[in-house]
Amino acid sequence: MATEFHNLQELRHSASLANKVFIQRDYSEGTTCKFQTKFPSELESRIELTLFEETVKTLNNFYAEAEKIGGQSYLEGCLACATAYLIFLCMETRYEKVLKKIAKYIQEQNEKIYAPRGLLITDPIERGMRVIEISIYEDRGSSGSSSGSSSVSGSTAR
Amino acid sequence: MSAVMITRKVRKWEKLPGKNTFCCDGRVMMARQKGIFYLTLFLIIGTCSLFFAFECPYLAVHLSPAIPVFAVLLFLFVMAMLLRTSFSDPGVLPRALPEEANFIEMEIEAANGNVPSGQRAPPRIRNVQINNQIVKLKYCYTCKIFRPPRASHCSICDNCVDRFDHHCPWVGNCVGKRNYRYFYLFTLTLSLLTIYIFAFNIVHVVMRSVDQGFLNTLKETPGTVLEVLVCFFTLWSMVGLTGFHTYLISLNQTTNEDIKGSWSGKNRGQNPYSHKNIIKNCCEVLCGPTYPSVLDRRGLMQEDSPAAANSEGPCSFDNPVAQTTKTTAPLIPNEHTPDDIKPSIAAEKSSGPKDDQPPAAMQPPLASPETDAETSIAKNQ
Repeated sequence: MATEFHNLQELRHSASLANKVFIQRDYSEGTTCKFQTKFPSELESRIELTLFEETVKTLNNFYAEAEKIGGQSYLEGCLACATAYLIFLCMETRYEKVLKKIAKYIQEQNEKIYAPRGLLITDPIERGMRVIEISIYEDRGSSGSSSGSSSVSGSTAR
Repeated sequence: MSAVMITRKVRKWEKLPGKNTFCCDGRVMMARQKGIFYLTLFLIIGTCSLFFAFECPYLAVHLSPAIPVFAVLLFLFVMAMLLRTSFSDPGVLPRALPEEANFIEMEIEAANGNVPSGQRAPPRIRNVQINNQIVKLKYCYTCKIFRPPRASHCSICDNCVDRFDHHCPWVGNCVGKRNYRYFYLFTLTLSLLTIYIFAFNIVHVVMRSVDQGFLNTLKETPGTVLEVLVCFFTLWSMVGLTGFHTYLISLNQTTNEDIKGSWSGKNRGQNPYSHKNIIKNCCEVLCGPTYPSVLDRRGLMQEDSPAAANSEGPCSFDNPVAQTTKTTAPLIPNEHTPDDIKPSIAAEKSSGPKDDQPPAAMQPPLASPETDAETSIAKNQ
């Protein structure tokens, strides 16, 4: 069924999902949200190392800003506590504001850098902040290579 | 010769695995067993009602009107904290989607090499170094992920919870990263409320007995006896619990870690999450950032179900809507998917959620639409 599904897709659209890469979390500094900047081998032929690292580092910086424990977070915490946390019904937390910025940044990166190279980044919040999922699309016009609906495509030896 | 698929939008909470119950269309998230939670509510509201009915009028007149006012404020704060702890997402980690699960499996197999048949595969453990301390991450077979540090799987709720503290039946929910501070404030303020009510009960009885005698006092305010009884027993447990959690917070440990002895005994002083400073630890736990829920309970998603009679085998012809089901599509379209991105070679999945009506002929829905679901019918020819 998978192959049949795929052939139909190829009939209709110019690209199909070939593989997915998952950038894991980097726990070396604790439980704060940070992703590894190690360059996965599957992306070697698709995108430059510097661009990839730039994206991941910027995301890491955003998360660090959201989770920073300092004057502003104390103020927010104390104020919220004083109002029995009812203030969160009308006010957006700092973390939520940063998440919006992250969503915009990822969309921008997808439009400008990743989509032209046949890649698509999924916002980590949709994957439980566990991974950055990068989907790799194959040009249908090139070899009818992989039946990509499963990521165990064997395309790279690990 | 036609097959009919009904596509409708459902809220994501309806499709979440795990044993939670949801109320208010996904806004409220609790464990399945709520009996003890109702008991907690009953005890708090009941005792406070008795206090306001019997003691407060007397005390307001003979001592100060500030006493009932402060009691009301304390009571409201306790209720707010209790409801916040019980109703919020404790920090549940969503289960891995099939692609992610496969990816992890591949990594595990690559790491383990070939295991001769008949031999048990080695346990799935990943070692990470956190602040120069090796921490083992365990694999969760239910959620198909390697649990982040400090996360644990709650068997009652059947979810992995981040910074899992414990499952509290009194609040009817797990206590984890997102609601720990509310839980702590609940225990703290409930202790204060219990002490407050207990103290003023004694004051009231003493003051009234001076005027009327002890037995008459009890006859006039029978609620006092009940209150004193409830408060007496509650006090010891709540003060003890608050003290215990204050100790845990100052060391930046969870109840789960304390019970397992992860950072005690021969591992004492090696907690990699602790800032080694009591004030800093307290500030991080109580005044740290408010983490968002990663569950997106109220997001909308497509659900395809075959309609009743007509379908002949799988709809494998040119109907993109029927095919973009959740189970086969690797990308789940949802509100967060940036679907105004039109990459030059994007697959049709990214345009999935918004336009789920093919240009072909539409017919009135076969099933009656539910209140917040849109039904659309796709027809093959």
